[in-house]
Amino acid sequence: MKTLSAQEIFEKLKGKFGDGVVSLQTESVNPPFAVVPPGSIQEVCRFLKEDPDLLFDYLVCISGVDHKDKFAVAYHVYSTEHRHRIGVKAMLPHDNPVIPTVDVVWKAAIYLERETYDLMGIVFEGSCDPNRILLPDDWEGHPLRKDYIYPEQYHGIKI
Amino acid sequence: MSQGPAKRKPIKSNIFDVVPAPAEIPQNVLQKNFERVRACKGGEGIIEVGIADLFINWCRKNSLWYLYYATACCGIELMQGGASKYDFDRFGAVFRATPRQADMLMTAGTITHKMAERVQRIYAQMPEPKYVIAIGACTITGGPFYKDSYSVVKGVDLILPKVDVYVPGCPPRPEAWIEGIRNLQNLIMKTKNYGLKKA
Repeated sequence: MKTLSAQEIFEKLKGKFGDGVVSLQTESVNPPFAVVPPGSIQEVCRFLKEDPDLLFDYLVCISGVDHKDKFAVAYHVYSTEHRHRIGVKAMLPHDNPVIPTVDVVWKAAIYLERETYDLMGIVFEGSCDPNRILLPDDWEGHPLRKDYIYPEQYHGIKI
Repeated sequence: MSQGPAKRKPIKSNIFDVVPAPAEIPQNVLQKNFERVRACKGGEGIIEVGIADLFINWCRKNSLWYLYYATACCGIELMQGGASKYDFDRFGAVFRATPRQADMLMTAGTITHKMAERVQRIYAQMPEPKYVIAIGACTITGGPFYKDSYSVVKGVDLILPKVDVYVPGCPPRPEAWIEGIRNLQNLIMKTKNYGLKKA
């Protein structure tokens, strides 16, 4: 077991991907986030999981963040082997938030991505189950977006 | 010098002193429930129903089997109420795992819009006569989710045709549930299955 700090993990990522990893965000976030472009999220996640010094085998959660002009998807990962953790973040445009799925890396991503799609409307491309998970299948809109407008009624029942 | 074991006083139960077992049904109860009914067709024949209402209602109120249905934290109180400490069984309320054997639906927990159709289907599957007790703040008004919630039904009476008893609380204690069941029993005793209907 060799626990690495977030800075060391980020430097390993930087050494592997070069400019493919944008920056490390350390201000007022715990764990610090490595910001990556959306296109390379699968390669970064696979490297995080399979590199023997990192071995991030536990995907803790996937979150969607609405910044009004853009979306962010945040992945919290943890290594039960090395006991270290880091976040990975990808910024998406607001009008068409699409990102490749990571369920080919961690199976746990299926439910988390379904929830993020359900409540935030972020589309995970190539997901093996791209459906809603909490709300009914015929629900309109994604309720945790800032610009969500409440419907008047659902199936004749007042909301 | 030891005194030996203390003499225990015999425990005298006074239950039978307080509530005497009725030797027969009191006269006023009989008169209240004894009715003459005109037969539907022609209006000539007369059927004497007697105390059928009293007997049927008594049977119904003492076998209120409820559906084991819990969608949120009120369900924990439901388990407690059904367990040995509070023991709904004393009032004839036994839990059933299927709506087809249940007389009573206690909506223990938040009902979401996704769940609403299932509740309606469960209610439709229950045989008549059926009763509904709305348990807890969520199923009465939406409770803590009343404002700014897109997914919670604001009261189970919006989706079911009738609710007999409301038991407020978040969640209500099992004593409150018992009071709700007792209130429902009183309601059942007042219903008229036969006899002249008030037009």
